[in-house]
Amino acid sequence: MSIVGPLLFAAMMVLPAWFASMDDQAEKKIAVVDHTGKYLNAIEDTEYFKFSWLANNNQSDIEDTYQDKGFAAYLVITDDLQKKSDAVTIYSDVQITIDVKQHIARQLEKFIEQERLNSYNIDGLDEIIKNIHNVDVDVSIITLGDDGSQKESFAEVTMIAAIVFAMLVYFFVLMYGTQVMRGVIEEKTNRIVEVIVSSIRPFQLMMGKIIGIAMVALTQFLLWVVFTVVLIFGVKTVFFGNEEMPTRMDGQIEMMQSANGELSQDQTAEFAETFQKILEKTKGLDLIGSLVAFIFYFLGGYLLYAGLFAALGAALDNETDSQQFVMPVMMPLILSIYVAMAAMRNPDGDIAFWFSMIPFTSPIVMMARIPFQPPVWEIALSMTLLAGSFVFTTWFAGRIYRTGILMYGKKVSYKELWKWFLYSKK
Amino acid sequence: MIFLEAKQVVKQYAKHLALDHVSIQVPENSIYGLLGPNGAGKTTLIRIINQITGPDAGEVLFNGRKLQPDDVTRIGYLPEERGLYKKMKVGEQALYLARLKGLSKHDALKKLKYWFEKFELQSWWDKKVEELSKGMQQKIQFIVTVLHDPQLLIFDEPFSGFDPINANLLKQEILDLKKKGATILFSTHNMGSVEELCDHITLINKSKAILHGPIEEVRQTYKDNLVQLDFTGNPDLLTEKLAQQYHLEKLEAINSHHSAHIAMGADGSINHLLGSLLNDFEIHGLKEVLPSMNDIFIKVVEQSNNQSQPQK
Repeated sequence: MSIVGPLLFAAMMVLPAWFASMDDQAEKKIAVVDHTGKYLNAIEDTEYFKFSWLANNNQSDIEDTYQDKGFAAYLVITDDLQKKSDAVTIYSDVQITIDVKQHIARQLEKFIEQERLNSYNIDGLDEIIKNIHNVDVDVSIITLGDDGSQKESFAEVTMIAAIVFAMLVYFFVLMYGTQVMRGVIEEKTNRIVEVIVSSIRPFQLMMGKIIGIAMVALTQFLLWVVFTVVLIFGVKTVFFGNEEMPTRMDGQIEMMQSANGELSQDQTAEFAETFQKILEKTKGLDLIGSLVAFIFYFLGGYLLYAGLFAALGAALDNETDSQQFVMPVMMPLILSIYVAMAAMRNPDGDIAFWFSMIPFTSPIVMMARIPFQPPVWEIALSMTLLAGSFVFTTWFAGRIYRTGILMYGKKVSYKELWKWFLYSKK
Repeated sequence: MIFLEAKQVVKQYAKHLALDHVSIQVPENSIYGLLGPNGAGKTTLIRIINQITGPDAGEVLFNGRKLQPDDVTRIGYLPEERGLYKKMKVGEQALYLARLKGLSKHDALKKLKYWFEKFELQSWWDKKVEELSKGMQQKIQFIVTVLHDPQLLIFDEPFSGFDPINANLLKQEILDLKKKGATILFSTHNMGSVEELCDHITLINKSKAILHGPIEEVRQTYKDNLVQLDFTGNPDLLTEKLAQQYHLEKLEAINSHHSAHIAMGADGSINHLLGSLLNDFEIHGLKEVLPSMNDIFIKVVEQSNNQSQPQK
């Protein structure tokens, strides 16, 4: 999983786009009947749709015979589209898809736009229009530090970082928290718990499990970090060699071509450019600080929830019972994701502030705020609260755990769990 | 000398009194049977001795002093519901459980080697537990229970689920352990094993201890004053002869002779019986029939249940 994980993530992002772009179609011929005669050849052919303007602009001619003549559909334009914009209809015996409809509409719109421009009779109007639209504004963001320093940051990257961090905490806490629960249930169902508890206290068993799984989670995370770093450096070395990365686009393209002649010129140029931009922009983030924060919030969140999951496992006899009790424990986690999304738009707002303090939601919400560099005192307060709460939930869970692991067959309700909590061992 | 003592132990669960002032005294180096119907409270008492739960009142004395947390290293416990981690390797798991009981890795490995060879399990050291048959898993569980040479061994329903061969093996091992000096407490429904192994017993029913004592004494207390007479002769004549004083409970023909169970009555004397029969029968043997533990169990429990019911 440690190796496969990042590959799966990458695949998840690449594959859907790839599938969408995959073409799986046969060529279709569409006949066009234009009553107005104005739009001759206005619609360009695409790779799959070929439009044939019929010399005879008579709908009745083509209505019954279009299929015999090899057409999949026929398009009828009845009137001047500038006067009546819906005077175009496509007829077919199969369902016409969106991309066909959009293509036709866009082509006709372009044609009409051009017509209108031409009606003004201005020389060189086309060139003027092209120059007007050829603009690309890039706003730079500079964050002012308290010490007067200036650091450039990039909105997109911080946004992505926020999302990534929030999701990572969510997944890790959920994945490893439920692993704790499953471990407890396994020990309960195969009855080994009684032998172990005759040698050590139940609390020790629970903590051992929680800490052990935390170690596994940290190891996996570190492996991913190492793997990603290796991957990035690998890509960098393969495509750019050991030299300083060139800042000129041309230089990049040259290097790409020499490194790997198989990729097309456009693709490699694009890739190189994007890759470098990403690397530059991530320098704006405080990566080390974020990683440290991530480890803290992941551990804090995990420990907070792991105790609860252990208590749940102790209360249940088997996994099928678990669903109804797992939901309330998962609710805050799921809620956190929604709040985190709001926090990304308004990182210093009230909602973001409060939810990054409440221990049940703070791991995810605060991690989403970290790329936006919230005040240090807020981070400190949030961490303290989280640390305090997980001590509390672990203690609370421990009391439920030690009674629950030896109880079998009892129908568990919240009242029952409360009784277990109150039950004190001498 | 009493090695383990429970004094007036009380355990109350929410709606149920599990132990009602139960006391037991287990002599050193004896095999002590803890008997009773299901739900009587035996497992609760055992869990208290193992410090898995604590009593609400009363105390447990281990070797003359109050039970302490580190006594767990001196007690070996094989619970009724026993399990092992399925996906863990046999050797690794046995080592882990041994070390939980306080053994060093080196000692544990040495002793495991001895036991694995004794039970012929060496080739299974690196296999996962789920690959073993049930009988083998039971052997492993037994090994980890006794590995650290505990002074006190507690077996809760040890024979349940064992096939006759393994059950016999277990019996031999328990006797062996006694020879090596351990004190053994086991709870069971298997009355045959009680008769074969136990020196003392306590019978618990409905949270109370209702019967104590060395086995012989108990059987003496509950005897029906039956004797078994093996003889050659005319069985009808026997019935006649016995009619006045004694009651013929059972008459069996075995090969060329007969066996009769005769109720002596409270005042009957064996000498007198023999005297009255000597002239007419060839007597092969005469012995007192002590009730089986099974019969005693049923009798005592039923009695106790009747007593606790309101009189009509």
